[in-house]
Amino acid sequence: MNDSTTAQLLGLAIATALATAFGVLWRRRLISIIRALALQGGAVASVALLLGFDRRSFEPIAAAVLVFALKAVFIPVILARRVRQTEELREVDPVVNIPTSLLAGGFLTLLAYATGRHIAQLGSDAASRAVPAGIAIVLIGLLVLVTRRKAMTQIAGFLLLENGIALVAFLTTAGLPLVIELGGALDLLLVVLVLQVITGRMLSEFGATDLNQLQELRD
Amino acid sequence: MDLLASLLPLLPLVAGAAALGFGWSRLTAMAAVLGSAGVLAGGIVLSVATVGGDVVGTGGGLIRVDPLSAFMLVVIGIAAVISTGYAVSYVGAELSHGHITPSTGRSYGVLVQVFIASMMIAVSTDNLGILWVAVEATTIATAFLVGQRQTRAAVEASWKYVVIASVGVSIAFLGTVLLYFTSRHIGGGEASLRWSELMGMVGGLDPEVTRLAAGLLVIGYGTKAGLAPLHTWLPDAHSQAPAPVSALMSGVLLSVSFYGLLRYKSVIDAVVGPHYMRTILVILGVLSIGVAGSLLIVQRDYKRMLAYSSIEHMGLIAVGAAVGTPLAVGGALFHILGHAVGKSVAFCASGDILLDVGTTNVADVRAMLRRRPELGIVFGLALAALLGLPPFSMFASELAILKGAAAAGMGWVTAIVVGLMLVVFGALLRLGRNMLLGGSGTRAPSSMGRSARVTLVGALTLSVILGVALGPLADLLEAAVKVVTP
Repeated sequence: MNDSTTAQLLGLAIATALATAFGVLWRRRLISIIRALALQGGAVASVALLLGFDRRSFEPIAAAVLVFALKAVFIPVILARRVRQTEELREVDPVVNIPTSLLAGGFLTLLAYATGRHIAQLGSDAASRAVPAGIAIVLIGLLVLVTRRKAMTQIAGFLLLENGIALVAFLTTAGLPLVIELGGALDLLLVVLVLQVITGRMLSEFGATDLNQLQELRD
Repeated sequence: MDLLASLLPLLPLVAGAAALGFGWSRLTAMAAVLGSAGVLAGGIVLSVATVGGDVVGTGGGLIRVDPLSAFMLVVIGIAAVISTGYAVSYVGAELSHGHITPSTGRSYGVLVQVFIASMMIAVSTDNLGILWVAVEATTIATAFLVGQRQTRAAVEASWKYVVIASVGVSIAFLGTVLLYFTSRHIGGGEASLRWSELMGMVGGLDPEVTRLAAGLLVIGYGTKAGLAPLHTWLPDAHSQAPAPVSALMSGVLLSVSFYGLLRYKSVIDAVVGPHYMRTILVILGVLSIGVAGSLLIVQRDYKRMLAYSSIEHMGLIAVGAAVGTPLAVGGALFHILGHAVGKSVAFCASGDILLDVGTTNVADVRAMLRRRPELGIVFGLALAALLGLPPFSMFASELAILKGAAAAGMGWVTAIVVGLMLVVFGALLRLGRNMLLGGSGTRAPSSMGRSARVTLVGALTLSVILGVALGPLADLLEAAVKVVTP
């Protein structure tokens, strides 16, 4: 990273991505959580964009456009429309209360910096030194998946996980070959759409999306 | 031959397009069977072409079929023939009973073919990124098939399935990225995302990052392969899906995901030594057999019973792969084939039982051998195959895995595995006896469809033939084993 402005912008984008992960843990209204995720998608896209300009390479820039369109615009818009339509989906109902969640998120970030050390050491530039931030977002995504038991918050956790992984991929390798980025983006889009449809079925069958009510199948 | 390898995965999509255009009818159902038969024939041709250790495919590494890929294509082809052959009468019966609407029938016809094509791409690509995209695509293709009945249980099963499988496979993606990172770090280009390239550069990969990547890959592909403790979605999804789809999901999808792990294992072993993956896979394998055994003892649902039996068999395959000697890996691969046949037949037969009694409770199924002799015999023989009784092929493969483990100095592991397998054996035997012999009933007129009868009896015959003599398959297995053992 020779250009100091680029390096500073990169740092800002990575910090935004990590901060928005805490935003997802902190906010109670689902619409705010979706906004935080959209902002995070934009931050991940800017990381790819900056790396593409810095390395004079086209593929990360194309990937940035793809990530922005999908994670900062399209998915947040369809999720937000769903949340506005349905009363039941508006507020989260955390199993673990919010201050404890934030504390756990902080702990997971420390853990990410401890485990990501080897990866950070392997790379030589500022980008790979920031990999632990991506791992922290992945771990916070898993935390949300485990502790938030409503359909929409599970989707939010999954998107956090995806954003964290995308960030790690950009920071370590400046993204994968474009054909795989495309395939991955298509898969992600379809998974979100499938989960939306199942959420709709859940509402019509159970009248709620609280996953703790899913007790039909057990041994 | 290169062209055949590249175009073969498109064949199911042609059958899928027919279903999309004309809906579910006997004609499009038969087209699906024909497509599956074509997949099997293509797999056999590719096996013959690669059995000498040759590789066919496109230059870019998008498609690369070696003996292991060809073997997996044959496995997918066999299970696809069983599933689509059985579906001709099963989906027809569901439609005529009004259990499903014509539009559901149409989407069934399309999604099953997309599902088969995704699995074929997963096993015929050299690119580990494409492998990942294809495995994730199988989740998407099967999501609505699992939830097809739209009951509360089906909604619950499909939600759990999509969330857990997608999260798992995302974690595998992180592992893929980290491995790609270490290969880029030592000067590999974009080509180092290819398995064959990666195998050539194992000397320089960073062991620490490889170990981390290995853990993530095991979590990711292990989740889709149904290995305990990552199996929690499996009994729900496999019990809610329509019978021919359960047959494909249990019979081959689990093995296709495990195939991904097998490829990665040969890379990881070369970088960090064989003990690391061996330890992980032995733990997961033994745990899977144990979990299957303990839940089979208390099982009251015959479709879940078959699902837990799949967890047991995947555990056994994991143990075979963990041992890593040619005998054990060959046993594991042969077990993949035997399980694909046996489990497909058992799940398909469970579809007819469900049509017959209307529930999936073991307690509601009584005296099947007396009431429905034909169905009872097919289901009983499929259970016998799954129990690993001779002359069915899983007897030979289980023996090979256990002998391989003992010969590799893993006596304790072998003893524990045998003990747990006996628990599974006893539990399955008790459940099977209750369904086949327990209670009383009078003989009902047989209503097993003709296509179902031909398919299932043919598949059971194949299982016996494989158990008695391997024939030319022995060479293919040997060549496939060479691909992933040092």
